[in-house]
Amino acid sequence: MSWSKEQMVRRAAAEIHRGEFVNLGIGMPTEVANHLAPDLDVTLHSENGLLGMGPFPTDEEVDPLLINAGKQTVTALPGASTFDSAFSFAMIRGGHIDLAILGGLEVATNGDLANWTVPGKLITGMGGAMDLAAGARRLVVLQSHISKDGTSKLVTTLTLPPTARQCVSRVITELGVFDPAGDHFSCVERADSVTEAEVSRKTGAAVVFAFSPAPTNSAG
Amino acid sequence: MNKVFANVQAALEDVLKDGMSIMSGGFGLCGIAEDCITEIARRGPRELTIISNNCGNQGQGLAVLLKQKQVSRVICSYVGGNPDLAEQYLSGAVTVELNPQGTFAERIRAGGAGIGGFFTPTGAGTVVAEGKETRVIDGRPHVFETALRADLAIIRAQIVDTAGNARFHRTARNFSPLMATAATVTIVEADRLVDVGQIDPDDVHLPGIFVKRIVHVPVHKNVIEFRTTRTVAK
Repeated sequence: MSWSKEQMVRRAAAEIHRGEFVNLGIGMPTEVANHLAPDLDVTLHSENGLLGMGPFPTDEEVDPLLINAGKQTVTALPGASTFDSAFSFAMIRGGHIDLAILGGLEVATNGDLANWTVPGKLITGMGGAMDLAAGARRLVVLQSHISKDGTSKLVTTLTLPPTARQCVSRVITELGVFDPAGDHFSCVERADSVTEAEVSRKTGAAVVFAFSPAPTNSAG
Repeated sequence: MNKVFANVQAALEDVLKDGMSIMSGGFGLCGIAEDCITEIARRGPRELTIISNNCGNQGQGLAVLLKQKQVSRVICSYVGGNPDLAEQYLSGAVTVELNPQGTFAERIRAGGAGIGGFFTPTGAGTVVAEGKETRVIDGRPHVFETALRADLAIIRAQIVDTAGNARFHRTARNFSPLMATAATVTIVEADRLVDVGQIDPDDVHLPGIFVKRIVHVPVHKNVIEFRTTRTVAK
């Protein structure tokens, strides 16, 4: 069985190390926040100007002027800070954000990422995606293995317009965990009972199977 | 010099012109200068260049100016959730210049700080770099981005004193203090207007030197785009 969305999100949460400053992208990556151990001491960054983002507010706590980058109402934890957008992106570009977990449309074996547009289909703009992809110290992409039209989202070279070049450290899909390794993906983990043959068949690039133990949150 | 105007009608009376450029603070609808936008919609200047992260959302905020065909060009980072902009972009009615959000913020900061431009790694090797000077710095490709300035900035603050010193609330700050530095005329509409001395100098987010005009707007709609809440087990 391939991983469920919740299993993928839990697996992504395991990428976060104690004490890190982390930015979670819009969509599935946002849900990673629900699976962080309380003692992990992680600080969440929201690029609209909040460091120390907390969970959604209770009804009584809702503040229309306290939102995340997805424009959802959130809270600020004790120790949080708010700031302007130039300061916020200085944190990102300046290498102060340890980890970004973003959604993806395509990842290439050399670590190139496409996640902001599909020509002729999707017009949203890149928002903060290019800054995060180029600036975060480590970038993990959380995405489905196969697109809706049936093509692999892990490819030899991008077919979609890039967000940033050679920026992805790791891709987590429903089939497993994949590290871009130049001319191939290194599959470091497979979902239970997913075979090497299935992974190879569903991946649009060469895959080398090199398993390592799953990381734990106590590392780092 | 008195900076305080009785209302946005008075504050904007002699500054609105066809073809002008306007910076508008806010992230989506969060922290927008609601009354200034309403007045620009009422007065109806056309062929506007709007510099704003989103140019409104969900038919509200600056999207009202789009609906009224007052906008010819938008410089922004994100058009998702803004069907009016997406539609006019596709039809060619509005020119859209998309920027990475951090590049957008820094271009405005540069405009206000007297910097002509800067090299950034963001956008290297992408469509953003097309036609721009590039340079390898410390082994990484960088893209040259130019500064942005505007004729007018419309900003909303939580509290402002009569000298224009302003303080923002939570994530409503976003692009606003940057834009205030990069426009010929900056108008602040604030929930609270106080005498000088009422804001501690250490608490000022935007020094009054950057603010030309002030309007007290005590009530704002503060539209929430996605009201997400949690329930607490009793």
